Amino acid sequence: MNIVVRYFHTLGSPPYFYRLAQRLIPWLAAACAALIAGGLYLGLVEAPPDYQQGESYRIIFVHVPSAWMSLFIYVVMAGAGLVALVWRVKIAEAMAVASAPIGATFTFLALVTGSLWGKPMWGAWWVWDARLTSELVLLFLYLGVIALYGAIEDRRTAARAVAVLALVGVVNIPIIHYSVEWWNTLHQGPTVTKFDAPSIHISMLIPLLLMAAGFMFYYAVALLLRVRCALIDREQGSKWVGEIAGEKA
Amino acid sequence: MREFLQMGGYAFYVWTSYAVAAVALIANIVVPLRQHRRLLARIARRARRRSAGE
Amino acid sequence: MWALFRRDVVLAFRRRGDVVQPLVFFVLVVTLVPLAVGADVALLKSIGPGIIWVGALLASLLAQESLFRSDFEDGSLEQLLLSPYPLPLLVLAKIAAHWMVTSVPLIVVAPLLAVLLRLPSEGMSALVLTLVLGTPVLSLIGAIGVALTVGLQKGGVMLSLLILPLYVPVLIVATLAVDAALAGLPVSAQLYFLGALLVGALTLAPIAGAAALRISVG
Repeated sequence: MNIVVRYFHTLGSPPYFYRLAQRLIPWLAAACAALIAGGLYLGLVEAPPDYQQGESYRIIFVHVPSAWMSLFIYVVMAGAGLVALVWRVKIAEAMAVASAPIGATFTFLALVTGSLWGKPMWGAWWVWDARLTSELVLLFLYLGVIALYGAIEDRRTAARAVAVLALVGVVNIPIIHYSVEWWNTLHQGPTVTKFDAPSIHISMLIPLLLMAAGFMFYYAVALLLRVRCALIDREQGSKWVGEIAGEKA
Repeated sequence: MREFLQMGGYAFYVWTSYAVAAVALIANIVVPLRQHRRLLARIARRARRRSAGE
Repeated sequence: MWALFRRDVVLAFRRRGDVVQPLVFFVLVVTLVPLAVGADVALLKSIGPGIIWVGALLASLLAQESLFRSDFEDGSLEQLLLSPYPLPLLVLAKIAAHWMVTSVPLIVVAPLLAVLLRLPSEGMSALVLTLVLGTPVLSLIGAIGVALTVGLQKGGVMLSLLILPLYVPVLIVATLAVDAALAGLPVSAQLYFLGALLVGALTLAPIAGAAALRISVG
């Protein structure tokens, strides 16, 4: 127990975390690239066309993992925010703040690919489907976090305000999702929810999971890249940053 | 190959989806990378100026 | 806590603008809609509950700003943070006073506006019940947003962006309730849901609001 606690303390020190990130990023990036390449090949080339939707179903390989990531990242953001609020760990603050634009990107992708999937299938660029509508609300939650962080001058205060907002949001997400589904079933009538495949064939499931895993590693890479910048920016005056800048010069 | 690009007539929808995804994901890597380089350069410049001034 | 509640109510009556403006806004918004979509009775009946609720929601949002603003400006908010009483309770007292003064008039006026929108009488009690249960939730959630933005310059616009997504469940379930009542269906499920939201907000929002105040002011 003591070793774990001590490790978390070292992990919380900016220079240690920075160097750890430097070492991890290439490996994570390689894993990400391999998984995405595998997923794309199996999904776009190997998997057979769907008997109902033809070739257009292949959008799910980017739509569904994006939607999953958009939710996952919000939860991570809230978790990091909780750590930042309770234990005042600078790294946690940086991770919470850095997660927001990445999460917003995935939410945006889920919405765009959802529209592009919906148009050939149901003839409309937008359907008030429960999942798409929930994603739209999630996008606004992300934008709120990003806006709030930008509006507060002091970076540490801003990070802690964002942490509170993220926690409030994460509690609300299941409530929003459930109420939107309720709304949707009563207003849509008997049509089946559009984005749920009744059962997914293994040849389509594997590329989907590969893409999802690839996106996870992508999140790790993008997050660490942003946290690196945040750490350097925050600790500009300190010696370890000076050394690193000197090495690069 | 032609069938692959055509995607059964859905080419626009499928390829636009992947293109938008590619752009968004690459941007989220490139932007922090550039910012990192710029930050380090700025700090190095300031350190050089400070040591030159002493 | 009672003292704070009473003080806020008295102060609010002195600053009548804060009370009246949201009410006038509510009436205006609801009046604008038939002007925009036409006075077809069937149409108004079908969108009526939604219009009233959106109007009440926007008016409540507009009123939120006044929750902490004047106390912040004259320094009494900082005094509040230094008080020995638990801050969440003080925040709850302020929210309660604010709700009474700004939202209760909305609830009183809503049935009159519903008549303007030709809402059948079957929907009236559901409408009032959802407003009674829902507007406190809006005030409680809104208070968190106000606490986070109280120090900011352009806090008002940012407040809408922060809070409106969180308002979505209340809006959806409240309008589902009124629609169900109009269709002759039971509304207990929706009302229980609103009640659950109210209980959750009553317990959690003051804590979050107090934390937010400490961050943005203290």
